[in-house]
Parts: sequence; C-alpha cells; structure tokens
Amino acid sequence: MIEWVNSIVQGVLTGGLYALFAAGLAIIFGVMRLVNIAHGDLIVLAAFVAMVTIETTGVDPFVSMVAVLPFMFFFGYVLQRGILNYTLGDDLLPPLLVTFGISIVIQNLLLEIFSADSQRLKAGPIEVSSVELVEGIELGTLPLIVFVIAVALIFALQIGFSRTRLGRAFRATSDDPSTARLMGINQKHIFGLAMAVSLVLVAIAGIFIGIRTNFDPALGPTRLLFAFEAVIIGGLGSMWGTLAGGVILGVAQNIGAKIDPGWQFLAGHIAFLVILVLRPNGLFPRTRDD
Amino acid sequence: MSLLEIRNLDAFYGDFQALFGFDFDLEEHETVAAIGANGAGKTTLLRAITGMVAATSEVLSYRGESIQSREAADIVALGVAMVPEGRRLFPSLSVEENLVIGGYSGRPGRWSLERVYELFPALRNRRSVPGTALSGGEQQMTAIGRALMSNPDLILFDELSLGLAPVVVKEIYEVLPVIKAEGTAMVVVEQDINRALEVADRVYCLQEGRLALTGAPGDLTRDRISAAYFGT
Ligand SMILES: Nc1ncnc2c1ncn2[C@@H]1O[C@H](COP(=O)(O)OP(=O)(O)O)[C@@H](O)[C@H]1O
Ligand SMILES: [Mg+2]
Repeated sequence: MIEWVNSIVQGVLTGGLYALFAAGLAIIFGVMRLVNIAHGDLIVLAAFVAMVTIETTGVDPFVSMVAVLPFMFFFGYVLQRGILNYTLGDDLLPPLLVTFGISIVIQNLLLEIFSADSQRLKAGPIEVSSVELVEGIELGTLPLIVFVIAVALIFALQIGFSRTRLGRAFRATSDDPSTARLMGINQKHIFGLAMAVSLVLVAIAGIFIGIRTNFDPALGPTRLLFAFEAVIIGGLGSMWGTLAGGVILGVAQNIGAKIDPGWQFLAGHIAFLVILVLRPNGLFPRTRDD
Repeated sequence: MSLLEIRNLDAFYGDFQALFGFDFDLEEHETVAAIGANGAGKTTLLRAITGMVAATSEVLSYRGESIQSREAADIVALGVAMVPEGRRLFPSLSVEENLVIGGYSGRPGRWSLERVYELFPALRNRRSVPGTALSGGEQQMTAIGRALMSNPDLILFDELSLGLAPVVVKEIYEVLPVIKAEGTAMVVVEQDINRALEVADRVYCLQEGRLALTGAPGDLTRDRISAAYFGT
C-alpha cells in the first residue's frame, strides 16, 4: 500500500517539473495562439547552455541561472521579434512549420557541437540526499526543491498575470489583439516579452532536468509532448490548471511505471486521452469560448 | 493648423477597396459626425485614422505630423482614442482593469479612474465584475471611460448608440458635452442621424466609400442629407 502512496508522491514531485514545461508553452499559446513545436528543444538547449556555463565558470547549476536566465530571456525576445512575429497571422500553419524547422535546427546543432552523448549537470551531494516523510516514503531533496520552486513560480506567474500591467497587456492581447492595439499596446513587443518570459521558464526547466536526469540533444520532442499533454489536461484557464495538468501527468506516469516499468509513458498518454475525451477543454478551461 | 488632415485616402481589405479618394478635416475641439448607410465606409475611415487598415493617401496627418505608416499603438500615444463598434471590452479583464488598460500608453492628462467613476457613477459598484457581465449601456460607458483613460485630444466613437435603449442613449449623449468641455475633439459615427446632427459642428455623409456631402448641420436640408445617405 505504502508503495503506491510513494509512487503518487514521487509523481507529484515530477509533475511540478512537467508543470514548468507546460507553463511556458501555455503562455505562448495563450498570448499569441502559437503552438511552439521547438519548446522541448529549447528546454534541452537551455540545459546545454547551462552545462557550458558551468564548465567554463565552475559554478553550481543553481548559480548558473544568474547567467542562463537572462540569456534565454534575451534569446526569446530576439527569436520572437526577429523570426516568429513574421509567421503570425490568420493562417495557423506558418508558425507551426517555422517552429518545427527551429526544432530540427536546434537538435542538429546540439548534436554537431556536443555529440549524442548523454549529459548531466552536477549539483553535488544534494543529488543523493533525501528526507523521510514517513516510513516508506523518502523525498529526494533535489526533486523536492525543484517541486517547491516550480509551484512558487506558477504562483508568481498567476499573480503577475492577474495584478501587473504586463499581465493585463498579455490578457488583453489574448482576448482581442486588434482592440489591444487600440489601447496603445505594441503587439510585437508584447509577443517578444511573452516569448522571453516563456524561455525563462524553459531555462529553469532545462536546468532542473539537467540536474534530475540525463539529457541529450534528442530529448526535446518527448518534453514537448509532456508539456503539451499537461497543458491540455489542465486547460488554458489559469496557471493552476497547468500545475494540475503537470501533476496528473506525473502521477499517471509513476503509477504506470509501478505496474510495469515499460508502462510509464503509456500510462501518461492514457491519462491524457481519458481526460481529453471526458473534458475536451481540460480541467480548468478558459471561461469564454472563442 | 487642423488637428487631423486627410487628403485622397484609399483604404483596402485585401483586394477590396472600401474608401476612394476620401478627404477629411478636423479642427481642434471640433465635433464632427460621420453618417452613412451600412457598409458606406465609416468604420473603415476610423480604422484608417488609427492605423488599423491598409491605406494610402496624399496626406494623413495629425497635428501636422504624418501618421500614414505609424503603428496603431503609437497613434494612441499621440492622443487618438477609439470607442469601437460593439464596445469590444476585454472579457477576461474586470471593468476596472478595462478602464486601467485604456491608460496603457501612459499619456499624461486630467482623466483618472476617479473622474471616470464620477462621470459614470453606475460603473463604480460594478468595478470588479468582468466587462462582459455589464448591460449594453454600462459596457458603452466602460468603453468610453477606457478611451478617456488615455487622455486623448481626439476620440473616435463608432456606432455610439447602436443596440442601446433610448433612455441609455440619452444618458450616453449627456456626457459628450462634458468631454467636449475638456477640449477634446470628437468624430461621432452614428446611425441615429438626429442625434448626430444635434452634437455635431459639421457632418460628413459617406456613400459607398466616397464623400457624398459635407457641411454644418444648419446649412444642410433634410432632403439633401437623405439623398446623400440613401443615394437617391
Ligand atoms: N474586415 C473586412 N474585410 C473585408 N471587407 C470589409 C471588412 N470590413 C469592412 N469591409 C467592407 O468594407 C466596406 C465598408 O465597411 P465599413 O467601413 O465597416 O462600413 P460602415 O462602418 O460604414 O458600416 C463594406 O463594403 C464592408 O463589407
Ligand atoms: Mg461600421
């Protein structure tokens, strides 16, 4: 019995990380209706950027964020204003094709520079330390930290969306882009900032992946899939939905793995499909339908 | 110098041309009505002024400065606000957030949330509900308040009274003199010709994308206006 509880608890911890993947994807889709196929590869790119930063400066992965986060913020803004803004319009296909192309380019560049070897960001003794919750349930310190930071970030994002000037501009643009322009909101700049914020989340997620598991240049598409599934499960109503989506996916995968190690991802996909059938708009849908 | 000067304006939706060689002038503090049948091009004219439609012209200038190829967002910052057809409140923003976002460009001036609530007391108690939960009249008040929050020198009203009950229309029209008293110029697009003629210093009558008639309301006879309106 306790083993099952343990699976669920571990799944919740993993789910926090999935929620981070998903939050970045959801922001982009919410603000500009762009499905960023390169999202997973950008996560992997961020992990490699962190790896290079750590190797050249010798800092801890957590400290590397001081450099990697601003870098990805800037990269996101330039990517959006330099390329992606030109693909947006009434037709949904161009942004899909272009982000698919970016995905391929990132994968191949990483493969060329770093080879297909798996990598890991070394965080030191914290990697193996853990706390015992009750007998039979041990929480790894690192997964716990990752989870707490993920939840705190989701919380901060929700506050930012609902209380700040930029958050209002994001919501107004999402509701009605042309009327938002009539309010003096520069759409291209807002899209740039949305991608910048998304890639900051991507950077944090990438570094956390790098510390928790191995990564290699081909890992992106499955991370995209998890992010996508978490977003759909959660619905696009709020960041809490995204967190719930991530946690449900994480728990489903862990329970699947408990039944049979080969079933980990399959169980996640099944949970996704079941929710998609029962609640096509996700658990926390946007209140308005458009 | 006029506030707004437009010479030979053509406006397009893809291949479709909606305005043909249109001329338009507006002085500081002036109120102008734009009337015309459905599809005549009134909304398109307002969109051309705010940079929201593809347009070419000899002159399209605001306070002597060309706004022909300016971004919509920059034009708002110059002091041009729009109250769009159908109000277009942001559904995921509360009434107060809808007002606040009107001031996004940060243009200084005399309008504030407090003054908008003084102008439309009904909105004060409804400040935290979503804009879409309001009645049509309250939505129009919010849309007007939202435009005022940008401290404009020119407000463009598109179909101010459309879909509103007569008592509400009366209430809405009562605030126009207050706005005018601030020195704000106005373009009022209106189906209700009598209303439009009451508030306007001058009238432009549009027909199929062209200027059919213009002048001061006192100088134009009913017959000439209906002829221009209906194209008879
Ligand atoms: N988004 C659009 N795409 C194509 N044609 C449009 C669009 N908006 C308006 N039109 C056309 O442009 C003409 C003028 O429209 P509009 O300016 O909205 O007229 P009005 O506001 O006077 O009713 C009409 O023939 C209308 O069908
Ligand atoms: Mg119209």
